[in-house]
Amino acid sequence: MANRHLAHDTPELRARWGSFAWTEENKAKADYHIAKYPPGRQKSAVMPLLDLAQRQVGAETDTQGWLPLPVMEYIADYLDMPVIRVVEVATFYFMYNLVPVGKFHVQVCGTTPCMLRGSDDIIAACKKRGMAKGEVSEDGLWTLTEVECMGNCATAPMVQINDGNYEDLTVERLDAVLDALAAGKEPKEGTQEPGRHTSEPSGGPTTLKDMVDANHDYRKEW
Amino acid sequence: MLADKDRIFTNVYGFQDWGLKAAQKRGDWDNTKDLIGKGQDAIIEEIKASGLRGRGGAGFPTGLKWSFMPKESKDGRPSFLVINADESEPGSCKDREIIRHDPHKLIEGALVAGFAMRARAAYIYIRGEYIREAETLQKAIDEAYAAGLIGKNASKSGYDFDVFMHRGAGAYICGEETAMIESLEGKKGQPRLKPPFPAGAGLYGCPTTVNNVESIAVVPTILRRGGSWFAGFGNEGNHGTKLFQISGHVEKPCVVEEEMSIPFRELIEKHCGGIRGGWDNLLAVIPGGSSVPLVPAKDIIDAPMDFDGLKAVGSGLGTAAVIVMDKSTDIVRAISRLSYFYKHESCGQCTPCREGTGWMWRMMERLRTGDAAIEEIDMLQQVTKQVEGHTICALGDAAAWPIQGLIKHFRPELERRIHEHNAQFAEAAE
Repeated sequence: MANRHLAHDTPELRARWGSFAWTEENKAKADYHIAKYPPGRQKSAVMPLLDLAQRQVGAETDTQGWLPLPVMEYIADYLDMPVIRVVEVATFYFMYNLVPVGKFHVQVCGTTPCMLRGSDDIIAACKKRGMAKGEVSEDGLWTLTEVECMGNCATAPMVQINDGNYEDLTVERLDAVLDALAAGKEPKEGTQEPGRHTSEPSGGPTTLKDMVDANHDYRKEW
Repeated sequence: MLADKDRIFTNVYGFQDWGLKAAQKRGDWDNTKDLIGKGQDAIIEEIKASGLRGRGGAGFPTGLKWSFMPKESKDGRPSFLVINADESEPGSCKDREIIRHDPHKLIEGALVAGFAMRARAAYIYIRGEYIREAETLQKAIDEAYAAGLIGKNASKSGYDFDVFMHRGAGAYICGEETAMIESLEGKKGQPRLKPPFPAGAGLYGCPTTVNNVESIAVVPTILRRGGSWFAGFGNEGNHGTKLFQISGHVEKPCVVEEEMSIPFRELIEKHCGGIRGGWDNLLAVIPGGSSVPLVPAKDIIDAPMDFDGLKAVGSGLGTAAVIVMDKSTDIVRAISRLSYFYKHESCGQCTPCREGTGWMWRMMERLRTGDAAIEEIDMLQQVTKQVEGHTICALGDAAAWPIQGLIKHFRPELERRIHEHNAQFAEAAE
C-alpha cells in the first residue's frame, strides 16, 4: 500500500470541508450500514461509511469524490472511534481517494491476464487522449489509474470507469466508450464485443445452450 | 464432457434473470426447509462424503472445516459464517459470475451452511471493485428476506439466520481469512497470527468459519443430489464440478463449469477454441491464479486439472484460474508484472514480505532487460526462499512461487537476456 498520502491539512481544506455532514438520504444509509453489525461494533461500518462519504463529496463536486481529513474526522465522530483508526483504514484501502479525482475515474487493469490481452495499448490510448496517471485532466473530466486485477480476466482487457466495467476492449472500443461518456451518454456496460453476452466463449456458449433462450429447468433430467 | 444436467451454475452466463422467481424455477430455494431438516450432523457428513474441497485456493475439505465449529456455545458467544467474495487473485473471475447471475445459490448455501455450523449470521465480504455485482447481491438478499427465506424462522425451518453484505475497498490481502475478519471489524486488513484459529476466535472473538463463494454456493445442490453424485466426478481426492476461468492466449477465453480432473488439452479444445496459433505455439500456463508457479507447455498439456494433478507438475489448482501464455509472451515481464502486483498488495505487516516484494520486483525488472549479473539469478532464488514461509500469511509465499517457477523453467531465457545485454554494454564501451 505504498505511496498513499493524505492531502495537506490547510485552512482552505478546513473551510471547504469542516462543516461536512450527511445528507438526509445518506444519513439513513449510514445508519442502515451500522445496523448490520452487532451493538457496540459500529466501527465495523467504517468502510461503507467512507465509501458513502466519498460518494457524497463526489456528488457535491461533480467528481468521483475523495476523502478530505475533516470528512474522516466526521466519520470518526459518527462512529465514536479515534480519528487515526479511520485514517488508517482510508489510507490502507486503494479505493478510497486521498486526493481529488476527475468526473470520470478511468481505472485500467494492468495485471498479467489483462496485459496478455493488450492492456498496454489501452493505457497508451488513455494517455494519448491527455490522461496522466494520478492526475486530473485540465477539463476536470478524467483521472487515469492503473489498477490491479479487477476479476474480469475472461473478458480482458478491461477498464472500470466510475461504477461500470467495460470489457473485451480494443483501442477503438475504448475510444467509443470514452467519447460517449464525454458526450454525456451512458454507453453499454460489460463486454464491448459484438455478439458476446458475458463470459461465455465468444461466438456462443459451448455448454448450457438451452439456457440461451429459455429459463431451462435441468432437474427433469437428473 | 460434463453433461448440462450435472452443471450446478446453470445461469452462469446470465442469459436468464438472476431474480428470485427465475432462480426458483431453476431449482433454487426448493423446499430448503427439508435440507435444514436433515440436521447439522447429517449435512456435514453429506458434505464430507461429497469430497468437496474448498474452492478458494487451498483446497481444504469443506465438511471437515465446518466440523471444527463448536457444537454449543458454553459462554454465550454466537458463531459466524464469513463468505469470502473478495475475489482478487489475478486470473480469477468465477465468484463474480455466481454473484451477478446466480446469487440465490449463494444465499441459500449461506443459510444451509450457516445452519450446519450453528452460525447466527453470515457476512458476505465482497470485493469493493465488484460494484454492480454488490448491487445485484444486495437486491437478492433483500428479495430473500422479503420472501421469508432468510431472517427469523428462515424458510419456515424454525432457525433464525441473517445474511449481511460487507463491501471491501480494494485490498487483495483481505482475501486471507484473518485479514478479512480484521477488515470486517473495521480495521486495516492485516492478517492475524494463528492460533487461535477462526473456528475458536474469529470475528469479534467469536467462532467463525470463512468459506469461498463457490464452496458455499454448491452446497444446496450437493445436498439435493447427494454427496455420492458430487463425488462421482473427478479423480480420487479431487471430486466434483468446478468453475474454470481461462484467460490469456486462447482463442476464446471464458468461464466454464467442468468436471474436476479434466485434462488441460480437453478443457482448452472444448471450450476455448484452442491455443492462439495452435498447440505448438503454447509456451507456459499458470494453472491456478497468479500465486501458483507456471508450468511449461510440455508438462501441462496432458495434466489433469485438479489439486493433486497440478501438484504433481510442481504447481497447484488454486482457484482454477488458468492463465495461458503463447510464445509471443515476454515471460519475464509476465511474471515481473505479478511481482509488481504482490509489491502493491503486501499489507506491510511482516518485514520479509514488505521489503522482499519490492526487492524482488526491482530485481525482476532488471532481469527483464538483462541488466543484471548471472549470479543474481541465484541471489533472487535465495531471497524468495527467505520470504517464503517467514511471514504471517501466505502472501509472502505467493509472491515467491511465481519467481521460483520462472527460474526453474526459464533459467536459460534469463541468462540469454543477461548475456545479450552485457554484450551490448561491452560493445558500447569499446
